[in-house]
Amino acid sequence: MTAENVYQPYLMRIERAIDEAPGIKTFRLLFEDEESGKNFDFKAGQFGEYSVFGEGESTFCIASSPTRKGYIECTFRQTGRVTAALAGLNEGDTVGFRGPYGNVFPLDDWKGKNLLFIAGGIALPPLRCVIWNALDLRENFEDVSILYGARSVADLVYKYELDEWDKRGDVRLTTTVDPGGQTADWKGEVGFVPHVLEKMNPSSDNTIALVCGPPIMIKLTLPVLAKLGFAPGDTFTTLENRMKCGIGKCGRCNVGKYYVCVDGPVFTLEQLQGMPAEY
Amino acid sequence: MTMIDRKLLKKESIQPLLNALRESGRRIIAPQRSGSAPGTWCRDLGPGDEVDLEQRTTVSPKSAFLPMVEEILRYRNEGKRIVMEGSRVQAQPTVVFGSRPCDTRALHALDAVFLHVPGDLFFRERRAATTVVTFSCESADPDCFCTSVSGGPRDAEGSDLLLTRVADDRFLVEVCTEKGKQVVELAPHLFEPAGDVDTEAFVATVPVRFSPVEVRKRLQDLFNDEEFWREQSLACLGCSTCAFVCPNCSCFDIQDEADLKGGSRLRCWDSCGQKLFTLHASGHNPRSVQSQRWRQRIMHKFSYLPEKEGMVGCVGCGRCSRACPADMNLLERLTAIAEARI
Repeated sequence: MTAENVYQPYLMRIERAIDEAPGIKTFRLLFEDEESGKNFDFKAGQFGEYSVFGEGESTFCIASSPTRKGYIECTFRQTGRVTAALAGLNEGDTVGFRGPYGNVFPLDDWKGKNLLFIAGGIALPPLRCVIWNALDLRENFEDVSILYGARSVADLVYKYELDEWDKRGDVRLTTTVDPGGQTADWKGEVGFVPHVLEKMNPSSDNTIALVCGPPIMIKLTLPVLAKLGFAPGDTFTTLENRMKCGIGKCGRCNVGKYYVCVDGPVFTLEQLQGMPAEY
Repeated sequence: MTMIDRKLLKKESIQPLLNALRESGRRIIAPQRSGSAPGTWCRDLGPGDEVDLEQRTTVSPKSAFLPMVEEILRYRNEGKRIVMEGSRVQAQPTVVFGSRPCDTRALHALDAVFLHVPGDLFFRERRAATTVVTFSCESADPDCFCTSVSGGPRDAEGSDLLLTRVADDRFLVEVCTEKGKQVVELAPHLFEPAGDVDTEAFVATVPVRFSPVEVRKRLQDLFNDEEFWREQSLACLGCSTCAFVCPNCSCFDIQDEADLKGGSRLRCWDSCGQKLFTLHASGHNPRSVQSQRWRQRIMHKFSYLPEKEGMVGCVGCGRCSRACPADMNLLERLTAIAEARI
């Protein structure tokens, strides 16, 4: 009977804990039950409910790529009760995970296209999953460009991977920090993401744009993309509405007739334009 | 309804029927006068307790299927290890005795949420183990509007047994399902064959007050009219009493409770009327003011659910209007929406 309980999480062991930035950590999680780990499958864009027993559950995307088997990763900022408890855990400790939930980025439909990733701050993790997924299947795509901005150099996440992407010859990486957030040896751009995007002036021809960031960044970036000629149907984002159940029951992430947890979190700008702006 | 068999039951046979239900091992949940709080409440009926079939209950029998707080996970700590313990599913055969047609109809909305794949084990087991005995309404008050939302004071939708008074001392019993039939078979001697009876003689009259189709149409145009929603919700305190007493509302929160030995995860009633319901970790809130939360309540029940599930998320029981401490009358608000000039 227990197996049928949709609220029952997998038990996961923290294999690696990485300090990404002030208040931000990444956990690599392994399934305590090996069989569950072998059978576990997900696709880029999906999310889960991560829990600390006795504290509660929090919703994060799966930040690792489905092409990297045997583990999942999540990146979170310490904000409330659950994330504070998560941040206090160490390698070897146990957490809960329910998922994968939600819809996916349609990577299969994007074969032969250019991919333009635009991310701000702690919103790189959902795109990082897609970036690695695309890079692991690099031959399926044409140009891959990444624009990533944060408030300051310290706030950038996955710094080690930014270096890795930068050194690859097949990714065009642009990093930027808000004015005042640069350090003396900062070699990237200084400026807000929408402004830097405008300066980059990427071609919208045969290109899919994926945008994740704080609401204000998304709000100011979408008009730039429109100006560059990106069609609303080719512009993708993920909504980050508050969730509890993740399976379309608790009612929290309801936007219009949609539940972000089952109908999303991945939406095109075209879809968002047909929904109330309650996200 | 798959089957209808008709019987008669004497009023004096209700107590013997309840006794037979209890002797069969069934838990009985029925309306009773509360010792402490005013009004009539649905709760466990003990051997000496008296059923109150006259009054409308303050809260619907929703909690028989979706308890206010339910444990959905239990674990224990073994050193640093977490060990899952089995889920404690409540599946004792239960009879909700003395539900009203509106409350019984509302189970469809709960089914749509909790039986929809992936189903909620706890709800499903309770629902499967529970028989619903509904009594037709003999009176209605100005807050009732079941007939405006596809229901009615003698609506059998969702009932296993529907009892309708047809004489001072007799009820017509309509056996709607197999579960209902099993109740009759527990004490067949209490039931008499039913001939021709006037089913409407004692049934309340509830006038149709608005068209939900019209409301839904207006809502599509009214969504962005901030001033309209501000006026509609000016009195709203955001206390969520409306959701608490609502037989349809089923939004929930998940919270953990623990001590050093272990703990449990709980599914708890919640409401879209609460600011915290949608507050992001970043501090951003998609529904940051009360008028947006009131609009969500109305939109969900009268626009989103009809579009998604083909049902209105309101059965017109009127409880929210009666219970609101700020006199936010739902019927008045809906009539205003139906009549809004856009």
